[in-house]
Amino acid sequence: MARITVKGVSEIKGPLIVVEGVSGIQMGEYLVVNLENQPSRKGRVLAIEEEKVIILLYQGTYETERDEIETEFYGRTMQLFVSETMIGRIFNSLGEPLDGLPNIYSDDYRDVNGTPINPTSRIYPKNYIETGISTIDIMNTLVRGQKLPIFTGAGLPNNQLIGQIVRQAKITEQDGSEKFAIVFGAMGLTMDDYIYFQRLFKETGTLNKVIMFSNLASDSAAERLLTPRMALTTAEYLAFDKDYHVLVILSDITNYCQALREISVALETVPSRKGFPGYMYSDLASIYERAGIVEDSEGSITMIVNLTMPNDDITHPIPDLTGYITEGQIILDRSMHNRGIYPPIDVLGSLSRLMKDGIGEGFTRKDHPSLSDQLYASYAEGLDKRSLAEVIGRKELNRRDQVLLSFADKFEEVFVNQGNEHKTIEQSLELGWSLLSQLPETELTKVSEDLIKTFMKSKEENML
Amino acid sequence: MSKTLEEGARIVSIKGSTVQAKNLSSYRMGEITFVGEERLIGEIIAIEREIATIQVYEPLEGLRINDPIYPTGKSLSAELGPGLLANIFDGIQRPLETIKDITKSAFIERGIQTNALDRNKKWSFVPNPDLKQGEIIRGGDQIGSVKETESIETMIIAPPYIHGHLLEIQDKGEYTVTEPIAVIKKQDNRKEELKLMHEWPVRIARPFLRKMPVQEPLITGQRIIDMFFPITKGGTAAIPGGFGTGKTVLMHQLSKWSNADVVIYIGCGERGNEMTDVLIGFPKLMDPHTKNPLMARTILIANVSNMPVAAREASIYMGITIAEYFRDQGFNVLLTADSTSRWAEALREISGQLEEMPVEEGYPAYLGARLANFYERAGRIIALGSPYREGTINITAAVSPAGGDFSEPVTANTKRFVKTFWGLDPTLANRKHFPSINWFTSYSGYIEVIEEWALESGLEDWGRYRQELFTILQKDNELQHIVELIGSKALPADEQLILLIADIIKTGFLQQSAFHPVDSFCPIEKQMRMMKHILLFYNRANILIKNGCPISLLNSLKSVQILKRMKEDVPNENLMQLNKIEDYIHSEMEELGSKYGYRV
Ligand SMILES: Nc1ncnc2c1ncn2[C@@H]1O[C@H](COP(=O)(O)OP(=O)(O)OP(=O)(O)O)[C@@H](O)[C@H]1O
Ligand SMILES: [Mg+2]
Repeated sequence: MARITVKGVSEIKGPLIVVEGVSGIQMGEYLVVNLENQPSRKGRVLAIEEEKVIILLYQGTYETERDEIETEFYGRTMQLFVSETMIGRIFNSLGEPLDGLPNIYSDDYRDVNGTPINPTSRIYPKNYIETGISTIDIMNTLVRGQKLPIFTGAGLPNNQLIGQIVRQAKITEQDGSEKFAIVFGAMGLTMDDYIYFQRLFKETGTLNKVIMFSNLASDSAAERLLTPRMALTTAEYLAFDKDYHVLVILSDITNYCQALREISVALETVPSRKGFPGYMYSDLASIYERAGIVEDSEGSITMIVNLTMPNDDITHPIPDLTGYITEGQIILDRSMHNRGIYPPIDVLGSLSRLMKDGIGEGFTRKDHPSLSDQLYASYAEGLDKRSLAEVIGRKELNRRDQVLLSFADKFEEVFVNQGNEHKTIEQSLELGWSLLSQLPETELTKVSEDLIKTFMKSKEENML
Repeated sequence: MSKTLEEGARIVSIKGSTVQAKNLSSYRMGEITFVGEERLIGEIIAIEREIATIQVYEPLEGLRINDPIYPTGKSLSAELGPGLLANIFDGIQRPLETIKDITKSAFIERGIQTNALDRNKKWSFVPNPDLKQGEIIRGGDQIGSVKETESIETMIIAPPYIHGHLLEIQDKGEYTVTEPIAVIKKQDNRKEELKLMHEWPVRIARPFLRKMPVQEPLITGQRIIDMFFPITKGGTAAIPGGFGTGKTVLMHQLSKWSNADVVIYIGCGERGNEMTDVLIGFPKLMDPHTKNPLMARTILIANVSNMPVAAREASIYMGITIAEYFRDQGFNVLLTADSTSRWAEALREISGQLEEMPVEEGYPAYLGARLANFYERAGRIIALGSPYREGTINITAAVSPAGGDFSEPVTANTKRFVKTFWGLDPTLANRKHFPSINWFTSYSGYIEVIEEWALESGLEDWGRYRQELFTILQKDNELQHIVELIGSKALPADEQLILLIADIIKTGFLQQSAFHPVDSFCPIEKQMRMMKHILLFYNRANILIKNGCPISLLNSLKSVQILKRMKEDVPNENLMQLNKIEDYIHSEMEELGSKYGYRV
């Protein structure tokens, strides 16, 4: 397709420019804006109205001059050259190397917007991933091919948690028979966080398995819209064409959504809640839904997303819409963090929707589903008693309530608060049973007598 | 003669999921047009002077100004005939399996055109033996039948608009959906061939003879629904709830276990994996009422969240039209839509592109009217044509309120049009109390109808049990407020007993795990007897309490644990075991009474 070049634009507004008097331009077309004495900028056609072509410039319009702008339309949508040689490399959101090494040359390229997976081609994710973290493995099991966000608040140790997962998670078979890669999409990250992740990859010996797409807080917001798409286009290639198990880490989706709002305001779209565009659900879905497993490929895309809840508000549109799309969420809790509990996972609020098919007999262990149900139920009751005790005093509780409350305390103290230690699923299950042994048998309505007989430790063998 | 660009229908602007075009040969609202060289499918949704706005059911990338527009003269229609069952379609009825065959890839590429129904497959058609040559055929008359799946014999009916004399009808034999099976001479003397399939525009409700009041329950096997907030065949229900509160699981449960004849499941802007879950799970399951494979009565419509938003808007209409087609054959159809909020958002998005004035949170003013229209298509009817047929459509729809706030426009508007409301409660969901239907905010508008039905069906105690359990939960709720302030120790024994019974009801009766092999479906008889046993325990315990028995003794009875576990411990095929539980309760109570010298 021949390129078309036009000199001059009619409007410049925020990150948008309008080019007139040109025909044959495609919706979504990729373009480059050449400037005098400045590096060129890249863009995309967002809408076309008769002669007017409305364009988003990824590096913004600052210091561009109306008559000086020369727009070169490429006659195709934005593409990314993909190759296994990307592994171990660092790119910006446009796919340009940031590590001083040469560009990626490949015969293979992909449209970065992706195409929806045909639901009849999906394989339902079933293989659990041992993260070594009890509250995740036992209560909110992560499954290969799942998309799971971490809802966090400013100052909570979400990065530390991701670090622990990267360090401990068994994503592939341990015999090295499977290929593994991490694709990291940094969206609006601060330098500190960026360095944290770089160090993490280095320290865990995964650096040579990581592909990084980096958009820092100081980089352009418009470009941030591309970061996850670049990351996922690469991940799809590795997973579905090259049979890699890919762990995609996106951080932080809140920065992405803010960029989305900024652009939508510039486009004068009707806002819905808190000024975010009505299409934010669909837009986020076009990112999150790219996780999964498909037929005729050995690979998988598992997605872990950092999401900072503005003001710790879970009803804010960003966590809200995300929760409606992802397959569960891990919520970090400020009060637990303040009490020194790590990882401060809010067990009751967290959820893994794919857990039900990935645990139990033939997967983890046959007692796992009931054990986790029972821990949930008793912990929830214990927490009720804690609020009651706050009103009437602990001593005023009846015996049963006191037992439940001590259970909840103990649960947080030893089960949630595991620190940086790695626990195998087996160990976590045992710990769960030890905790249950603190309760009278009448409380154990979710575990059958059979399971109790097989798995409940006598007081002497108890780990506690 | 080929027209020059200036003359031909062509695109003049492209934005979001719509294009504008001019020079169309006709400007008809709702007309399907092909857009661009790739012939993307679109529908005319607005006309202003010579400019028509077309919503396109596929991504617009790559389209250009001046690209051609091809008219079809048709409105967005559903193909109705054998081949729908056990199939999965996208929002505009393209079969996803066929798309896979065409693309040879795991992804849905653009510009794929395919028929909804397989044109090559032959079906065994059996003509209606009562039909004679020369007889008058009207819309809805039975022409014959095709045994489509193990569960469903599809009735081949004359399309609703037909009127004429029967000229010929084919013999029993194998036919594709487009081969003529009968010929009719219409009043204007023109002939029309009838086929196994016909088409119907999805935005227009199919006609019927008369609406009828609903009369019998849809049995779902879900206790809190069947016993507390039941729905009738032909009824409507909304399931609002924040993310993760259990809407989808509940709709999967309804689709699996309800005693409907045909189930249409619309995945409207939700997760791809959830559709896969159905696709994999249903064929392994058996309809508990007919013992046939579940898939044999199921039709899936999947327009998942990252598929084009315009097709998401259409998917709801596609689903309800297919539902009406089976209703018109005399079936009871259950339509589940997950989620209508995503459909409303699609409306909002398209409305925004039309630059319409939004009213609330960006939603267009006609949101309420569209919802009303949709729910109006549910109900119990007498179908057109002979033989006499009654059919029903149930609509159960998930609503995903922004921020979990039920006062937002979609939930608020939906509430105006549905009779049953299953409000999901995040507090219950967080403690893994599922289904998380809140028993105070939910309601059913069908209680009276079902009470009458229960009386006639040998379930005389249904209303009474229900009321008694409710009363206990109500009292428990009041007591909980007190407990929160002073603890339960300070309550008198009879009130502490209420707390205990309410706990049994919540854990042992209302909670029902969708994933438990036994408890996923609970037969009505078991539901009734579970209530009976709980009340038996309550009444006997009450007498003990009145005689001074301390509550702690009752709390630690084995019966309590048994009552909480009977849902899972008693197999559905062997309800006799419930007798033993009854005996056990009696014996434990008597023992307690005699041991401590209480009168029982
Ligand atoms: N009846 C049930 N039995 C057991 N678990 C359930 C039940 N209902 C829901 N759950 C649990 O809750 C989780 C969330 O349920 P579900 O996916 O139906 O939520 P949802 O309301 O559809 O959420 P969203 O709006 O995000 O789609 C399930 O994955 C499952 O773990
Ligand atoms: Mg859902």
